[in-house]
Amino acid sequence: MGRYVALRLAQAAGVLWAAYTVSFLVLDLLPGDPVSAMAGAAADQAGVDPAQIARLRSEYGFDDPVPVQYVHYLGRALRGDFGDSVASGRPVTSVIGDALPSTLQLVAAGLALAVLCGGGLALAATYTARRWLRQLLLSLPPLGVSVPTFWAGLMLVEVFSFRARLLPAFGNGGPRGLILPAVTLAIPTGAVVAQVLAKSLLTTLDEPYVQTARAKGAGRPRIHLRHALRNASLPALTVVGVLVGQLIANSVVIETVFSRNGLGRVTASAVSAQDIPLVQGVVVLGSLVFVLVNLIVDLVYPLLDPRIAAAGGRRWRPA
Amino acid sequence: MTGAQETPLLDVAGLTVSYLTRNERVHAVRGADLDVRAGEIVALVGESGSGKSTTAHAVLRLLAPNASIDAGTVRFGGRDLAALSERELRTVRGARIGLVPQDPGVALNPVKRIGEQVAEVLRLHGLATRRTAPAAAVEALERAGMPEPGVRARQYPHELSGGMRQRALIAVAIAAGPQLIVADEPTSALDVTVQRRILDHLQHLTEELGTAVLLVTHDLGVAADRAARIAVMSQGRVVESGPARRIIEDPQDAYTRRLLDSAPSLTAVRARPRPAAPAEPGEPGDVLVTAEHLVKDFPLPRGRTVRAVDDVGLTLHRGRTLALVGESGSGKSTTARMILRLVPPTSGRIVFDGEDVTAATGAALRRLRRRAQLVYQNPYASLDPRFSIGEVITEPLRAFRVGDRASRTARARELLDRVALPAATLERRPAELSGGQRQRVAVARALALEPDLVVCDEPVSALDVSVQAQVLDLLAELQDGTGLAYLFISHDLAVVRQIAHRVAVMRAGRIVETGPTGAIFADPAHDYTRELLAAIPGGDARIGAPGARLLEERT
Amino acid sequence: MSSTLDALGVLDAAPEPGAPEQAVRRRAGAARTVRFFLRRPGLVLSVLLIAAVVLASFWPGLFTSHDPLKGVPAQAFRAPGAAHWFGTDELGRDVYARVVHGAALSLKATLIAVAVSFAAGGLLGLLAGFAGRWIDDVLMRFVDVLLSIPALFLSLALVTALGYGTVKVAVAVGVASVATFARVMRSEVLRVRQAVFVEAARSCGTRWYAILGRHVLPNAIGPVLVLATLDFGTAVLAVSSLSFLGYGAPPPAPEWGTLISDGRNYLANAWWMTALPGLTIAATVLATNRIARALDGEWGRR
Repeated sequence: MGRYVALRLAQAAGVLWAAYTVSFLVLDLLPGDPVSAMAGAAADQAGVDPAQIARLRSEYGFDDPVPVQYVHYLGRALRGDFGDSVASGRPVTSVIGDALPSTLQLVAAGLALAVLCGGGLALAATYTARRWLRQLLLSLPPLGVSVPTFWAGLMLVEVFSFRARLLPAFGNGGPRGLILPAVTLAIPTGAVVAQVLAKSLLTTLDEPYVQTARAKGAGRPRIHLRHALRNASLPALTVVGVLVGQLIANSVVIETVFSRNGLGRVTASAVSAQDIPLVQGVVVLGSLVFVLVNLIVDLVYPLLDPRIAAAGGRRWRPA
Repeated sequence: MTGAQETPLLDVAGLTVSYLTRNERVHAVRGADLDVRAGEIVALVGESGSGKSTTAHAVLRLLAPNASIDAGTVRFGGRDLAALSERELRTVRGARIGLVPQDPGVALNPVKRIGEQVAEVLRLHGLATRRTAPAAAVEALERAGMPEPGVRARQYPHELSGGMRQRALIAVAIAAGPQLIVADEPTSALDVTVQRRILDHLQHLTEELGTAVLLVTHDLGVAADRAARIAVMSQGRVVESGPARRIIEDPQDAYTRRLLDSAPSLTAVRARPRPAAPAEPGEPGDVLVTAEHLVKDFPLPRGRTVRAVDDVGLTLHRGRTLALVGESGSGKSTTARMILRLVPPTSGRIVFDGEDVTAATGAALRRLRRRAQLVYQNPYASLDPRFSIGEVITEPLRAFRVGDRASRTARARELLDRVALPAATLERRPAELSGGQRQRVAVARALALEPDLVVCDEPVSALDVSVQAQVLDLLAELQDGTGLAYLFISHDLAVVRQIAHRVAVMRAGRIVETGPTGAIFADPAHDYTRELLAAIPGGDARIGAPGARLLEERT
Repeated sequence: MSSTLDALGVLDAAPEPGAPEQAVRRRAGAARTVRFFLRRPGLVLSVLLIAAVVLASFWPGLFTSHDPLKGVPAQAFRAPGAAHWFGTDELGRDVYARVVHGAALSLKATLIAVAVSFAAGGLLGLLAGFAGRWIDDVLMRFVDVLLSIPALFLSLALVTALGYGTVKVAVAVGVASVATFARVMRSEVLRVRQAVFVEAARSCGTRWYAILGRHVLPNAIGPVLVLATLDFGTAVLAVSSLSFLGYGAPPPAPEWGTLISDGRNYLANAWWMTALPGLTIAATVLATNRIARALDGEWGRR
């Protein structure tokens, strides 16, 4: 087990490094550089001395060859220094650190809603013996994944804030203000959870060992919860591991719709301002969250399925 | 069955079961009648699609959701199970009727410990408390013949062998002391020697406990060995039933006779004519393939290796059939693949028609590919589903640029004719053919380049017995009068006896015994060969049957 | 399961083939196709809707005679009705006309996105799956890294690098799905490559390029095409999200996401400006998902 954990930690570190490298390469494609961008913005207001730009450029290290820049930045990143935001001049880590708590709150609420509602829907749909009810329940998730998130958010605002006047439409105002954004965030995620779990439950219920349990005289609830659910939850767990990253990314859209402050808003304005260090910080953070969540999933897996523990932790992956 | 004054324990009458598929209603069982008396073993025999499994599952009402019992009664202990509510049925399942399912590999919950799974049935029926259940489960495992039951109870299914898993399932079935056990092909997925031990134990156990068994099997040999009475099913009906000996020795129904004729384990009784002794083996020009000191190691994680084939040597003569016999994992398929150079040998030497092909590449390897062909076990997997049959058969010709399009099609037509398929098959897709037809196509493809050697890897084990016999006849016929040599791989000694001139018995990567087929069957030298021979089902029936002199005839 | 197979075994006995049967079978096939669609009205509707979207993007004039860009100020903020099906916006422009004319931009972006991920991902997966060994290892580690970055973040990073505009947004969205395509393609190639019929082809002398072209690709491409159909829906959503955030075509171009973003400012008094374009997007995505599902399983099982 210790060996397995060590191996997974090393892999996680490798993925993070590679994600940093990919984001570095992608952003290096940019024709021009942040200093010129800043200077371009400043030039509208007053004449900027070309010599000053050149000085700034060499100060930021943009004159060096790309590999040298890369090693330089990677070294700083390893020490937790992702540079300063071009737009605000503050360190990237502190900009992100300030914005993160509100977004994490949103993501946690959204994830909880998605797992509870999506999982509940899948259980109910596979449990019921009424054909029409099953069909009805199973037709909801495809709707959920087809609706544009930002539009769903706007529609919720229209109905619950403007018409019914039940909930605040915008801003960070307390737990009541969290409800609509969290619900919006949970819709596509919950729909995916429901689809995966329902499909996997239906396959599991067809397995011969479920028939063995029926032959023992076990009733439906017992078969559903004690025999099928644990086996069926493995693919759903894998999917949740992937979805957490998407939730964080979706906060960009949700926070824009609901005018909430947080990482998403910071990202949106960083993209608009071509604030490369900040965008890179966000990308690496997204990757970090993904890696951490999947590390947890990988560690939970052997607890759920003894076969994985035996195989040295090679877990089930979707095709 | 007039003699039974007692009411039978289980009495199935006029049972009709159908499946609702998207387009139509398929009748799987059409008015089946069957009875099992207390303490008696009754075998329900039939080929796949005969409705035997459906009938067995209908007894417990463990049918697929799209299946329904349309008519008939299932009387058990004075009640009609077909009319019980689901709640009442649950008090019967497990407690009064136990099920031993088909494939032990998948019939146990992979995430629960064995002991827990056995205990569950006791807990469900109030036969043990949370405190007493673990010990009771170990006891049930012990009765089922599980070695070290205390240890096994704490293990997970994947940690046990197939045989042990089946014992765990038997423990589940007997734990609550039922009056009837429904055993659905309980050992078909297991190796023959394991199969025999498990069936022996099940028979012994049920005799001791006075439990009746409904044994579902496709193998008349197994039925003849184990059951007091046999019911034969075909197309959803019980076509014949009666005492086992009477069915074997004096079958009344035409279908039963056909089944008996083609059952490999029982046909040992009839001599299948093999070509009269071909040229004496041992003549120098006669040898086609020699393999010497073949070794194959497969890598395992963390730098370890497992030796699948260990110092195997064999000689195959033109026009003859050499059978390589062994249980799963004995290395027989790997040996054949090395000879075909589909798997590189770790060490050893392979000589094909005087040429050393051990390390052949390029043109030499392609010469070998042209002269040595392979027929696979599973005809459903070995044909590309997107190809037409014509494309399948001409693929080797195209690969070696033999002839033009028209001549290749003509050749394909000729080959189809040789394997007794109509020419119109050319345009069809594999999915439109039955298993036996597909295997004929695979044989036709193997013959397209007129090879010297065809390796047949379990070519009939995926087919129904009556189809098996046809394919074996075809293979024998194609060999007659030609120099074609077969390397015939099989786990089934009964099949081997019908086709092989020589037999090599493999175990754990080594050849333990080689010899002419007759000699091996009549006078096995090695213990393992004797064990394999004893495990052939139908042995008991054979002894009393007329014409048991076969063994002499064959040599 | 076994009992179901048992039941299907009844059907296994294939009828003997005969020459005049050909025509009969073909007619039966046509009848089956008709029955297949008649039983699935939702699927028929989906196909019709996608056909309409494609038509609208080439010939918007077929669907509306209003000008999407010219407004009639006197008719601003009209609710949906007979004259204006989707109502009018703050400048008195017909929202329905804007949605119809927006189809071209949105469809173009979506097709570019799907083409990028299909071509790049498919090639990566094919190479990894067929070449195997270290090439497979290197490529798949790269794909794992791409997968570890949430798709929207990856797209946003690309937009930051490339700049704004419909095509750039489309490329950014496409690159974000490359990894998924590569994974599916690779696993399909591996599955087919290990199939018995491929070894059978090898053992009878077929060369590697013929195996790749005749056996592996045709048998592996199916699930990738299904994924492409599914990805079409995903790409519609991703493109509209990015244009909602303001990185798409500059105004007044009527891209679907931009329409919703415009309508947002008048949400309280003109709900139709947001609701109806959004419904159009949702219906398009729903339709492609339905078609993907049909391609995935039902059609094959027909």
